[in-house]
Amino acid sequence: MSKDIRIKKGLDIKLVGEAEKTTENAIVSNFYYIRPEDFHSIIPKLVAKEGTRVKAGETLFYNKDMEDMKFVSPVSGEITEIQRGPRRRIDAIKITADKEQFYVDHGKFDMSSDADKLKAHLLASGCWAFIKQRPYDVVAKANSIPKGIFISGYASAPLAADLDYTLAGKEAELQAAVTALSKLTEGSVHVAVGSSNSPLAGLDNVTTHKVSGPHPSGNVGTLINKVDPINKGEVVWTVNAQDLVIIGELLLTGKFNAERIVALAGSSVKKPRYFRTKIGSEVATMVYDNGVDKDGNDRIISGNVLTGKKVAPDGALDYYSNAITVIPEGDDYEFFGWNKPVFDKVSTSRALTFSWLNPKKKYDLNTNTNGEHRAFVVTGSYEEVFPLDIYPMQILKACMYKDLDEMEALGMYEVAPEDFALTEFICVSKQPHQKIIREGLDLMLKEIG
Amino acid sequence: MGLKQNLHNFKEKNKDKKWLPGFNALFTFLYMPNETTHNGTHIKAADDLKRTMNTVIMALVPCLIFGMFNAGYQHYLAQGLIDSADGFLGASFWTWDNFVIGLWKVLPLVVVSYGVGLAVEFVFAIIKGHEVEEGYLVTGMLVPLIVPVDIPLWMLAVAVVFGVIIGKEVFGGTGMNILNPALTIRAFLFFAYPTWMSGDKVWVHGAVERDQAIANGANLDAISGETLLGYYAKSGQELTVAGTDTVTTYGARAEELYSYADMFWGIIPGSVGETSKFLIIIGALFLIFTKIGSWRIMLSTVIGALVMGLIFNGVVDAGWIGETSKFYGLMSVPFWQHLIIGSILFGAVYMATDPVTASQTNKGKWIYGFLIGFISIMIRVFNPAYPEGVFLAILLMNVFAPTIDHYVVQANVKKRMKRLKAKVA
Repeated sequence: MSKDIRIKKGLDIKLVGEAEKTTENAIVSNFYYIRPEDFHSIIPKLVAKEGTRVKAGETLFYNKDMEDMKFVSPVSGEITEIQRGPRRRIDAIKITADKEQFYVDHGKFDMSSDADKLKAHLLASGCWAFIKQRPYDVVAKANSIPKGIFISGYASAPLAADLDYTLAGKEAELQAAVTALSKLTEGSVHVAVGSSNSPLAGLDNVTTHKVSGPHPSGNVGTLINKVDPINKGEVVWTVNAQDLVIIGELLLTGKFNAERIVALAGSSVKKPRYFRTKIGSEVATMVYDNGVDKDGNDRIISGNVLTGKKVAPDGALDYYSNAITVIPEGDDYEFFGWNKPVFDKVSTSRALTFSWLNPKKKYDLNTNTNGEHRAFVVTGSYEEVFPLDIYPMQILKACMYKDLDEMEALGMYEVAPEDFALTEFICVSKQPHQKIIREGLDLMLKEIG
Repeated sequence: MGLKQNLHNFKEKNKDKKWLPGFNALFTFLYMPNETTHNGTHIKAADDLKRTMNTVIMALVPCLIFGMFNAGYQHYLAQGLIDSADGFLGASFWTWDNFVIGLWKVLPLVVVSYGVGLAVEFVFAIIKGHEVEEGYLVTGMLVPLIVPVDIPLWMLAVAVVFGVIIGKEVFGGTGMNILNPALTIRAFLFFAYPTWMSGDKVWVHGAVERDQAIANGANLDAISGETLLGYYAKSGQELTVAGTDTVTTYGARAEELYSYADMFWGIIPGSVGETSKFLIIIGALFLIFTKIGSWRIMLSTVIGALVMGLIFNGVVDAGWIGETSKFYGLMSVPFWQHLIIGSILFGAVYMATDPVTASQTNKGKWIYGFLIGFISIMIRVFNPAYPEGVFLAILLMNVFAPTIDHYVVQANVKKRMKRLKAKVA
């Protein structure tokens, strides 16, 4: 039962610096970083000590609440540093990579095994981290049974890596992964594709949905809301399409191969294109030798411009991202910026902003907030870019005044911070929507679970 | 080192000073700040609150300028010094003399409104340690446009202080208020100083002075500056035309004095900026096009007003109310004419659409606007003392807007509950 999903509400933010479809091997990074903060709400219990040697796929730490859930090293090498923050929180585990890579052999998985065996295998091999759940947008609880597993094979975010391109040729791994995942749900595995050329379009054991329309048509949250919205007490899982490849390869070969094709994009990149690299590798290995000014005033983002994380040049590609975006910093004043006509920025209004004149134009946006933080004032604009059947402003306010009953009633179980990226982008009051939603979800997770 | 750098250094140097928000308000007025995103989206759309507010102000400027000319025009016309202008481009309207009077009378209103209101805003921003918010930029512009031209400036100042503090700051400032601050200011004036806010003397500059002069024994004709609503409210009553012995009725006199075109173009007595329906419609189109004003509220308010007008017309047609009734005058006004007399359009376009005090859901906006139009005309007809109900209707619906939203949002909540029940069953 496939369903075509076409959304009208949304906004395509067209930016300069789209990655050209050529792939290079990134310079092999010497250092790799795994940051426990990527796995939201997981409290890490370290296994690896400073100075020990690990193979690729060997456990670095496990989930304090569930010892079986392991988080593994993307490379083989020596653990050179455990970076800690306040209250001895683990910020990052730094691994100095070996010149020659060794892999833990998790064993080729017998695809006819039952769900419990599969679960144990994924948990032990570190692949469980790729499976996230809603409600709460956290790493999936292993004892839950999802009513469906949702995968988006269509990246609609600005400058996102084109999954049709990065996943081409990986059909075998993708198929193995979805076949395995379909054993773990009582419903089915739903896959969104943008076109029939997608490597995900021809998979078996899945329900394929063709999606179209402006961003966030490719968000997995949109897919869930349109196919089978989450009710109280229900759980769905989501997996990023690029991570299916790693899961698939593990199942087929027994090797945890953290390799990933990553888009390097953004207006500050001279020659935007794709790189083959690994999870946790230093971004400097990609950005500098390939066309970003070393002393330029740029923002490096692990992920896309709407939902990614700001990283320093010696920072690392985070666990879930398949894009590095570099855009100019906007830390300068603009004379009469608030009232003069604007031609070079995106806007959904027409208040002397002229992006409506030329919808095809690509913009070079910087990180300036274009105004100061204020209380919510304008109404009705969020709804124009928010395709879910939820009242965005009302749910944000419920999160701010921490009314759990209201949050639940308004649909908090269905959302993730990324669903509010566009409303945050257009917000006239410059409110941090994604942060508000994240904190709301954390509160619910703590109070309700 | 340019101005920008100097201002930046000054800001950095005084980071911990209490008065910094005051400086920042002026600095950000000149330069959009250098703030960058941290978490969440790394890019942001071009619009901010200043731009939004500025757009509304731009939509109000034609009304303000027209109001200045009209103030002078009404002044000279009432004294019989000029001929009545024929239409919008009438020769006796757009004259330098008219403009000078208007500037002389209206500019102080603008200055007092902004000066006092922004002073209160600055003080509150400094006390509470937040940035100066932009809400008053629009309020400050609206206030001079919705008061009679001859209102004493001290009254306006007192009302602005009251309106900004009680109408807005006690709730937490811009974005938190329940009542429209501009209308709170007007309501305060109306109930505190009714003689300056209603009657037939206050709408034309000079009429009050002339009255006092006559009372002191001067041999002059009184100036009548009755608004159209005033005429219609007293429709059946007899009236002696000033300076003559002609006896007529108020209703007949109104028709003699003002054509529908005059009402539409706005060359009639009234509050400073609300008379020109033509310019209000232009402003409305601008606000709708820029997506700053809610077309849903504007349209539904007009629909609500027309429906109420039709009901009253129906009552008159059915003969349920006789010509002797004091309500007959305004009830018998053709339903569509309600839109071009009084301030219903101004209220619909600039007041009802205030996003903070209006309904916040799209469905709610339809209900909210409709009721504003509906109740405005109802008050207009039934209010014995003061024949205009727009500001009261909007304030009333401001109070009910959260209730309307509550029920609209509950529909969404119920849908979710139903979905859950269907699953469980």
